[in-house]
Amino acid sequence: MTQRTTDITVGLFMLAGLAALLFLALQVSGLSPKSAKSTYTIYADFNDTGGITPRGRVSMAGVTVGSIDSITLNKETFQARVAMSIHGDVNNIPADSAAVIRTSGLLGEQYIDISIGGDMESLQPGDTFYSTQSAMNIERLISNFASGK
Amino acid sequence: MIDRIASFGRSGTDLVVSIGRAGRFLAGVLSGVPRPITGFPLLMKQLYSVGVLSLAIIVVSGLFIGMVLGLQGYTILSDFGSEAAIGQMIALTLVRELGPVVTALLFAGRAGSALTAEIGLMKATEQLSSMEMMGVDPLRRVIAPRLWAGFIAMPVLAIIFSMVGIWGGMLVGVEWLGVFEGSYWGNMQASVDFWDDVVNGIIKSVVFGFVCAWIAVYQGYDCVPTSAGISSATTKTVVYSSLAVLGLDFVLTAVMFGNF
Repeated sequence: MTQRTTDITVGLFMLAGLAALLFLALQVSGLSPKSAKSTYTIYADFNDTGGITPRGRVSMAGVTVGSIDSITLNKETFQARVAMSIHGDVNNIPADSAAVIRTSGLLGEQYIDISIGGDMESLQPGDTFYSTQSAMNIERLISNFASGK
Repeated sequence: MIDRIASFGRSGTDLVVSIGRAGRFLAGVLSGVPRPITGFPLLMKQLYSVGVLSLAIIVVSGLFIGMVLGLQGYTILSDFGSEAAIGQMIALTLVRELGPVVTALLFAGRAGSALTAEIGLMKATEQLSSMEMMGVDPLRRVIAPRLWAGFIAMPVLAIIFSMVGIWGGMLVGVEWLGVFEGSYWGNMQASVDFWDDVVNGIIKSVVFGFVCAWIAVYQGYDCVPTSAGISSATTKTVVYSSLAVLGLDFVLTAVMFGNF
C-alpha cells in the first residue's frame, strides 16, 4: 500500500470521527446554534424546592420555555431563591402568574410549571414571581393528615 | 516458609520496579518528540493499522451493543409504561460508559496485542538493537508513532462506537418495537448534555487510549526476547489494559458524574 493510499484512508477515518462527533453534538445532545438565542432571567422564592436541580426544565402549559439557572438560599427569609432563564420570545408572562413545582409522571423528575395569571402587565427581566407553590412532600402530607390539620 | 515470604516480598518489589521502568520508558518516548516531517508518514502508517483496521470490529460491536440495549431497555421500561425513555437510556449509557470502555477493551484485544507482538518480535529478532547500532533511536522511530497513534485513534473510535450504537438502538426501538421516533430523539436531546456527557466521555476515551497504548508498547519493548516471552507479553497487554481501563473508568466516573 502506498503512502498516499494510507494517508487518504486515515484522512477518511478522521473525517468519519468528526462526522460522528457532529452527530453526537447535534442529534444526540441537541446542541444547536439556535439554543444560543437570547434569554432573560426571572426569580421565584420557594419554601421548599424539593428535587429541582439547575439545568432543570421550566414549562408553561407543558411546553418548555426555559431552564433553571441556580438555586440559592436567601439567608434573610430562609427561602430558596430560584433563578430561571426564559426564552426571549416568551416575553408576555402575566405579572400575577404563579411558579409551581410539579413532578412529571409518578416517579419522574421535578420541574417548574408557570401557571398563567390574568394580569395585563407582564413580568419583566429581573422580576420575581408574586406567588409560588412549593414541592409536594409526601411525608409532610401524611404527617398533616395524621395530626388532623 | 521463609522462602514463601521472600517470594512474596520479591513480587512486590518487582511490581514497583516494573512500574518505575514503565514510567522511565514513557518519559523516554515522550521526550523524543517525533520530527514533524519524517515522523508524519510513520504516524500515518500506525494510525492506519491501529485505527482504520479496528473500525470493522468497533462498528459491528457498537451496532450490536446498541441493539441489545434497545431490546433490553424496552423490556424493562415497558413494564413501567415509560418505553419513550429508551432513547435517553441508550444515549447516556453509550456516551458516558459503554462507548469509551468497550472501545478500549476491544482496542486492547485488537490493536494492543498486535502492537506488543510486533515490537516484541522486533526485539527478539534484534531489529531494535540493530537500529541502535545504526544510530537510529528505536524509541523515536518505532515506539513513539505507535503510542501517539493509539492516543489519537481511541477517541475517534469511541465516538464512532457511540454513534453506531445509538443508531442500532434506534433500529430496534423505533423500527422494530415501535417507540415513537420523536420521543426517542426528543428525550435523548433533553437529557444528554454536550459538555457534561459527550465531552466527558471523550476525555475518558483519551485517557484509555493513552493507557492502552502505553501498556502495549511497554510490554512489547520490555518482553523476554523468546517466543514464550512474546506470548506472555501479549497476554499481559490484554489483561493489564482491561484491568486498567475498568479501574480507571470507576475513578473517572466517580470524579465526573459522582456529584459528591
